[in-house]
Amino acid sequence: MSSSRHPVGVHAENITKVFDRHPVLQDVSLKVEPGTTTCIIGPSGSGKSTFLRCINRLEEPTAGRIVIGGEDITSDDADIDAIRSRVGMVFQSFNLFPHMTVLRNITLALMRVRKMPRDQAVAVAEAQLEEVGLLALKDRRPSQLSGGQQQRVAIARALAMQPDVMLFDEATSALDPELVKGILEIMKRLAASGMTMMVVTHELRFAREAANQVVFLDRGRIVESGPPDKVFNAPSSDRLREFLSQML
Amino acid sequence: MPEGLQRLWRTFFDVDQIMAILPEMLAVGVPNTIILALVAVVIGTVIGLVVSMMLISRNAIVRMPARTFVDVFRGLPVILTIYLVGQGLPIAGIRIFGGNSYAYAALALGLIEGAYISEIFRSGIQSVERGQMEASRSLGLSYFETMRWVIVPQGIRRVLPALTGQFIHIIKGSSLVYLLGLLPDQREIFSIASDASHISGTLSPMVAAGIVYLCLTIPLTYAVNAFDRRLRDGARPTPEPALTPAHQS
Repeated sequence: MSSSRHPVGVHAENITKVFDRHPVLQDVSLKVEPGTTTCIIGPSGSGKSTFLRCINRLEEPTAGRIVIGGEDITSDDADIDAIRSRVGMVFQSFNLFPHMTVLRNITLALMRVRKMPRDQAVAVAEAQLEEVGLLALKDRRPSQLSGGQQQRVAIARALAMQPDVMLFDEATSALDPELVKGILEIMKRLAASGMTMMVVTHELRFAREAANQVVFLDRGRIVESGPPDKVFNAPSSDRLREFLSQML
Repeated sequence: MPEGLQRLWRTFFDVDQIMAILPEMLAVGVPNTIILALVAVVIGTVIGLVVSMMLISRNAIVRMPARTFVDVFRGLPVILTIYLVGQGLPIAGIRIFGGNSYAYAALALGLIEGAYISEIFRSGIQSVERGQMEASRSLGLSYFETMRWVIVPQGIRRVLPALTGQFIHIIKGSSLVYLLGLLPDQREIFSIASDASHISGTLSPMVAAGIVYLCLTIPLTYAVNAFDRRLRDGARPTPEPALTPAHQS
C-alpha cells in the first residue's frame, strides 16, 4: 500500500454550515494529527458527511477555517483544484466514471491534473490496481464490476494521486455485507501505512480497531471525542451511550 | 381501374416521371442536401455545446442571453428565420457570405438546430448524477475539465436518440432553403422536385423526393441507434476473461 509522501495534519476550526437557515454544523473543531486515522461516527443526519465534505470544500463552510498541512484551504486565494488533488476522497456510491474503462478512470486525473504522459499514467494506474487486486479487470467498464470491485477501483483512483490525506464518506454503506470486509481490510492497511485519514463510518468495529481518534457527532456538534478505548468503553454522555447501544 | 384512382396514380406515382427526375435528384440534390445538413449539424452542435453550458450556469448574466437565444430560435417559424437570416442579414449590411444565399441558408438552419440541440444537451448534462461532478472535482479536475471529460460525454450519450430526431429535422428542414433562391447546381432534393413538378404539372417528382428523403433519414436512425447500443455495451462485445476467485469480491 503506497503511503503518504509526507504525512500532514488537518485542522478544522469552528466549522459552521447552514443550509437554508438550517444549521447542519455548529462550531465544529477537530484536529487530525499527521499520519493518524480519525473516525467520525454519529446518527444519520448528524452532519458527519457534511463535515467531511467541508474538508475538501465539496461543501463550502458558512464559517470557520480548514488548514491542511499548514495551508489555509478556506482562504479566498487558495487554489482549490490543487488542494483537492492532494486530498483523496472515496464516496458511498463509488462514483466511478461509467463511460471509461477502469484504467482510464485512474489515468484521467494523472494525465489532466498531474500532467503525466500516458505511459507513465498507465504504469502508475496499473501498479495501484495491482495493490487492490484488480489489475486483471483494467479494461472493464465499471458496470461490469461488483460493488466491492468498484469501490476498490475508486480507492485506487484516489491513491494514484498520491494524496496527503484520504477522506472516506461511508465507503462501505452501499455494499453487500459480504463485500464490506475486503474494503475495510484495504482501509486498515492504508491507515497502518501512515496515511492521514478521516473516515465517516457506521462500522464501529473498524473505528475501534483502526482509529487513533473517534469523534461522535450529533445534531451538528461534536458531543464527544477521544481515543477509541475511551469513546467506546467509557462514554461520558447519555447521547453517545444511547447511540452505541442502538448500534450493537 | 376507376377513373379517380387512375388520376391519383398518374399524379403521384407516374413511374416515368419519377425515373426521369431521379438522376438529377441523386447527382445534384442529394449532395446539396447532405452538405446543407452537415454544415447545419456542425453549426448547431457547436452552438448547442456552448449554449447548453451557459443555460446551466449559476450566473444569471451568463444564463439570460442563452435562454433568450433558445426561446427565440425555437419559437419562430422556420420559414421566418430563414428569411430573417438569409435576407435580413444582407439588408442590414451584415454580408458575411456576400450574395451566396446557400451559405445564409446553412447558417439559418444551424441557428435553429442550435437552439433545439442546446435544450437537448442541457437535459442530458443535467441528468448526470451529482456524484460524477463531485468525484471528478475531488480529484483536482477543474469545472471545465470535468465538463469536458466526465459530464458532457455522459450527458450526450443519454440524449443520442433525441439528437437523431434533431438530425432528421435538419435534413428535412434543408428543403426550405429554396425560399432564398438557389442557383441550378445549388438546388437540394426538394427544390429539384418542386421545379420538376411545376413543369410537368404532376406531384410525382415530389413523391420521388419523399422516397429519397426516407432513404437518407431511416438509415440514419438505424446508424445512430447502432452507435448508441455500442456505447452502452461498452466498446465491443468480446468474451470476458474468466475471473479467478481472488477477484470476485
